[in-house]
Amino acid sequence: MWLPDLRNADCILIQGSNFAEAHPVGFRFVMEAKERGATIIHVDPRFTRTSAMADIHVPIRSGTDVVFLGGLIRWIIEHDRFFREYVTAYTDASNLVREDFRDTEDLDGFFSGFDPERGSYDTSSWQYERDAEGRIVRDESLQHPRCVLRLLQRHFSRYTPEMVERVCGVPARLLERVARTLAENSGRERTSAVAYAVGWTQHTIGVQVVRAAAILQLLLGNVGRPGGGVMALRGHANIQGATDIATLYDLLPGYLPMPSALKDHQTLASYLRSVTQPTGWWANAPAYVVSLLKAFFGDAARPENDFCFSYLPQIIGDHSTLPTTVAMKDGLVRGYVVIGQNPAASGQNAELVCAALERLDWLVNIDAYENETCSFWKREGADPSRIGTEVFFLPAATILEKEGTMTQTSRVLQWHDKALDPPGEAKSDLWYLYHLGKRLKALYAGSDDPKDRPILDLTWEYEHEDPHERARGEPSALRVLQEINGFRVADRTQVASFTELRDDGSTACGGWIYSGVCPDAQTNRARNRNADDDTALGWGWAWPANRRTLYNRASAAPDGTPWSERKRYVWWDASEGRWVGRDVPDFPATKPPSAPADPQGRGLDAHSGSDPFIMLPEGRGRIFVPGALLDGPFPTHYEALESPVGNALYSQRSSPMLREWRRDDNPYNPPGDPRFPYVLTTYRITEMSGIMTRYVPWLAELQPEGFCEIGEELAREKGIRSGDWVTIATALGEIEARALVTPRLVPLSVEGRIVHQIGIPYNYGPLGFARGTTSGVLIPLAMDPNVSIHEAKTLTCDLRPGRASRVSPDVIERDVAPQQRSPFGQPRAHGREHA
Amino acid sequence: MARTTIDLTSAASLPHLLTRRAGLLPNLPSARTERLHARTDGARAVAGVCPYCAVGCGTLAYVSDDGRLLDVEGNPESPINRGKLCPKGAAIFGLTVNDARWTTVRYRAPYGTRWEERPLAWAMERIAQRIRETRDATFVREWNGKRVNHTLGIASLGGATFGVEENYLLGKLMHALGVVSIENQARI
Repeated sequence: MWLPDLRNADCILIQGSNFAEAHPVGFRFVMEAKERGATIIHVDPRFTRTSAMADIHVPIRSGTDVVFLGGLIRWIIEHDRFFREYVTAYTDASNLVREDFRDTEDLDGFFSGFDPERGSYDTSSWQYERDAEGRIVRDESLQHPRCVLRLLQRHFSRYTPEMVERVCGVPARLLERVARTLAENSGRERTSAVAYAVGWTQHTIGVQVVRAAAILQLLLGNVGRPGGGVMALRGHANIQGATDIATLYDLLPGYLPMPSALKDHQTLASYLRSVTQPTGWWANAPAYVVSLLKAFFGDAARPENDFCFSYLPQIIGDHSTLPTTVAMKDGLVRGYVVIGQNPAASGQNAELVCAALERLDWLVNIDAYENETCSFWKREGADPSRIGTEVFFLPAATILEKEGTMTQTSRVLQWHDKALDPPGEAKSDLWYLYHLGKRLKALYAGSDDPKDRPILDLTWEYEHEDPHERARGEPSALRVLQEINGFRVADRTQVASFTELRDDGSTACGGWIYSGVCPDAQTNRARNRNADDDTALGWGWAWPANRRTLYNRASAAPDGTPWSERKRYVWWDASEGRWVGRDVPDFPATKPPSAPADPQGRGLDAHSGSDPFIMLPEGRGRIFVPGALLDGPFPTHYEALESPVGNALYSQRSSPMLREWRRDDNPYNPPGDPRFPYVLTTYRITEMSGIMTRYVPWLAELQPEGFCEIGEELAREKGIRSGDWVTIATALGEIEARALVTPRLVPLSVEGRIVHQIGIPYNYGPLGFARGTTSGVLIPLAMDPNVSIHEAKTLTCDLRPGRASRVSPDVIERDVAPQQRSPFGQPRAHGREHA
Repeated sequence: MARTTIDLTSAASLPHLLTRRAGLLPNLPSARTERLHARTDGARAVAGVCPYCAVGCGTLAYVSDDGRLLDVEGNPESPINRGKLCPKGAAIFGLTVNDARWTTVRYRAPYGTRWEERPLAWAMERIAQRIRETRDATFVREWNGKRVNHTLGIASLGGATFGVEENYLLGKLMHALGVVSIENQARI
């Protein structure tokens, strides 16, 4: 959602985010909402400055968000407080699900289709029921026991306030108060928003936590409406842009899937068949794929050679960061290019990361400062004379020293102008990539090996318009953005929108969703700087088509009139015969609300004038996910891989689909192990991010050192005072830090016992002016199956007063076998032999 | 230093309260104070975006005529921050103007014990050669009877302040090389 639109919310539920401290300036919209009378709720293990500004703070055991959200969903259905008209018209609540589908309630924590041998689900029963013509069977009365709403009700039937109290440590009355507040602030007249960050995602069930929030918001009718929605607070300046114009192994730009040898993707035709949906917006996928190939390979991409589709490499599994790091440790990766990223400090299992870097032939690091990754070979305990990795450090320009676009958390592209030249030999990342590409083209010139054709045919013309920049060799970021926008091949004129893209090779486009940002040679709408304080359509440019709120057709009732005057946003103007409003309508501009769906139609023709969710084949919001996720069509509570208690809801303890590495260099704390009785969570502090802040003097002065936050009761029990040294240990490793004893972490009563939680900031490392031990030393690798995000928010640990043990090098040399030494030169941490 | 004050009358009188306590009557500035001005006055203001979190606050970088960075402030025109910045954003100056920055190419030879300085052109050529060498040695055309045209021998990891255009060129170049382990902080 558009971040400033939070000011229009009547209630904001913040969970999995310390909004005020991690996104401080964005939090001003929460405060504006509060000034207008909104109720602010903060659900978090810690009482933070976000909680201090909230009307209700709910302390929760880390890793139990699905139980809390499931409890809200159950309460809203049981009390009949969902927005019935919205739910019936705009969601799949009335769709029936196939008869052979079985829920986790039937199978004690599993859905139907689980194959224990393969360790994965056959998702064929997770589908809507269809009639003989292939149409979805519906029950608009929402009474059929197999309709999505009733299945959902049954799925969460045991997520009662009492169960929430038992599992989350949240008093039942507090859950009921939150549920009632949300219900009272949703409906025709009012809207509620949900805001989250990595506190929800960095879990082995991360995707399902966010899914639970989406279900809650669909039930309350808060999607596509002003002051409603799910606000993903992304962590860094261009995280959104790096997802859109993807540098992620499984995506091509514009959310097109990477071709995979595990699927039927061997030819362009079969790939297009698999990525094209007959109904909904993805019917247009062929134009986007072919235009991308034209942008990459130019004149070489022709209809007769499938537009060079075979030039694209194919994936053969999960090549994301964690599996790649493990493969590197096992000697399967030889070269690594790391740009503005510091896995040796901010990643997980820092020992394994450093051991992996040692096995490389070469490492290229582009950064503005020395960091733990480029200097891994001289870290404490390492012997450089035994490390064969060749390391190149290339000095980077900072944001002020280059121009270009970053996409912020609401999908808004913002161009930054260049203020000054970088110092010394420092260059922009774009400079390095451009010249590396040119050198590789030169090195491969003349090759007749087919494997080298993609490099030779790659279009690579980005000369800068400005003579000063051209003399510096700086490529033109604007020309790159124009290529991402797309153009007509014949006359090289820009396309104004992705609707102009074709699948016949007549257009080229590097990222279809950004089409429209540079609609002609003179215009760069990312550089628009003409703002108002509402939707600010003249400030920057939001993909797609400058829409600030997605699916905003849902802000009007099925008949096209606003749900209420108070929440008027986008509506049907019968006299003009088009959708109008405060935002760019996210709907065919002149399709009337009464337009019937064409059952034989392709694309959006298959949707009616009251189907707002245009990207989805059915045109309606999905409470039930038919087959698209690997771990289930509904969110289900599983304990984190490491947790102090069992799963109160099912015999299945943790997610049957989570990804783990059970090996000597990646031990986990066994569940319920009394040696690791405390819940450990990690977080960011306002003044620190990582290498980008640790060297900045003003910030180092504000937050000079890492620490460990401990609640008063636990500190008393352990005899720890603020400022004392403490040691935090897991089976993987141990770190020391100064204790920060606060009343902000309260002990919770969970399953009849007291659970203490402790927290450490993840921002520190041994380099910089602000220093601290690396939290990654404690955290083993484990991840979510859908998006391969790691688990770093819920772990278990031991805590003891005093500094970490240090064993002198000669004792290690004499008494500790080499295989028992960590890459930091110390003996392996205590407890690991039991793991 | 000449300082003009208007001492209206004795303590405890109403004018005294207004002048000294409430500050409602003018305390006239000195000539020196009159001459003071913000060091950013007249400097070129360049509009940008904060590189830290994803809120996307607008910044103004003030640059002197001789190209020195003077200050970085919030952009009052941005509808996102209306001139405000958090401690990190307010410290962008120190991220850029900083003696601890590394501004030259550094090279660490295999089994080397220290960093060495090397020319940029040398490093660029050497890196290109190493990429070619590793790619050629690890390139796989077929896997399980299927065309894959990839290399698992090279991987990349980009950070989250890496811009849109930079992401695009990295992806384009890496895909052309056959690299598939292309990753970003965005996963994380």
